[in-house]
Amino acid sequence: MAALATLDRTGVTLGNSRVLSDITLSVEPGEVVGVVGANGSGKTTLLRLIASLIAPDRGSGTVLGARLGTSEVFNVRQRIGLISHIPATIPELTLEENLLHAIRLAGYETTKVADALRVVGLEGSSDRKASDSSFGMKRRTEVARLLITKPSILLLDEAISGLDSDAHKLVDALIDRTVGSGGAVIVVSHDPLQMDKASTVFGLAVGALTEMT
Amino acid sequence: MSFWSQTMEIARVDMSLERRTGDVPQIVVPFAVIALLVFPLALGVDLSGISRIGPAVFWALGVLFGMQVALRQSASDSPERRDLYALLGVDPAAKFAGRTMSGAALTLGFFAALLVAMLVLYSPRLPQGWLAPTLLSAMLVAIGLTELGTLAGEVTAGLRSRTSLASLIVAPLAIPLIIGGSQTLESVAREATILPWILLLLATDLALAVAGVGLARPLEEASR
Repeated sequence: MAALATLDRTGVTLGNSRVLSDITLSVEPGEVVGVVGANGSGKTTLLRLIASLIAPDRGSGTVLGARLGTSEVFNVRQRIGLISHIPATIPELTLEENLLHAIRLAGYETTKVADALRVVGLEGSSDRKASDSSFGMKRRTEVARLLITKPSILLLDEAISGLDSDAHKLVDALIDRTVGSGGAVIVVSHDPLQMDKASTVFGLAVGALTEMT
Repeated sequence: MSFWSQTMEIARVDMSLERRTGDVPQIVVPFAVIALLVFPLALGVDLSGISRIGPAVFWALGVLFGMQVALRQSASDSPERRDLYALLGVDPAAKFAGRTMSGAALTLGFFAALLVAMLVLYSPRLPQGWLAPTLLSAMLVAIGLTELGTLAGEVTAGLRSRTSLASLIVAPLAIPLIIGGSQTLESVAREATILPWILLLLATDLALAVAGVGLARPLEEASR
């Protein structure tokens, strides 16, 4: 089976800083890849590169068969799920409205929203504005979105940090579900203890990857 | 999801956000009305002169403050929200069109409030049949100004100096809009045809729409 994401001696420069250099990585279906690195090591940039949100300036790479840095990625972006370290909610909207907005834009049935909110434990508080909600509640809303959109490749940027054990289990369930349906997951964190689901763990330091397990 | 469904969803949520924050009726409109009051004081004109400058002041302040209405929506996009929209498969052109729709409706509402304030404060001598041409030109100016604001918002997305830079981009490019808007009323007063000015506004709106839709994707990609 073809790899869901590949990077071949890929480099990224942001402004005047080389953030990633000579990254080589292959993520196969059913695989959970962990990347551990200190703050500023390039973890978020690595995920945004694989999410096709930034283009490589050196080397090459693919995600879901589309070459990074080309217009091919526009056709596969909807199959990429990203949880970034800052929740992407609109503060003035309620949690349910945030979810509905995302689901409508992605073209999915909104009938699944109530179920998804129940699964993530937000059925009683989904009418709360995102600005009045905790980090964990916003994170649960993002998990609910990904339960509906079912991405083929899931990218988690410090997704478990600051979550209670129930929310942590939800993220774990999302990982299991993605992998179980033939997808792949990349988890990045500063904390090696958050790599319990990863089959392969890499260390990221000074923009370069080294395999740890 | 189709282009138009995404456009309508973006416009619907933008309007809903405006209803909740109330920035236009609570901040922009009162500030513009204060500017209407201050203008004659700064010029030092006598009371009889005020009625003459009313429509010109309306268009000048309308475009300047309307620019803020047009710019505020695209300024509210966080980098995370932009990333999310990209990964949800939102067509940047649909985002441009949605923003333009909601922004134009808000700007038109702002123009209406400013027009009423100007009529009350300046008591201008208006020619017969002024209302319909004024509303038509206001609608076209609102559309053009919002297109310009949305486009400038995209050009400056991710830049630290985006607020001031976006205004700098919009102000000179809004000149055809201010000329078209003010000259429409002037033509009515002179009993001349308003067609050239309406065509100028239409052409400006169309050119901005083509630029906005065509550049939406490259600007979106370049902003990251």
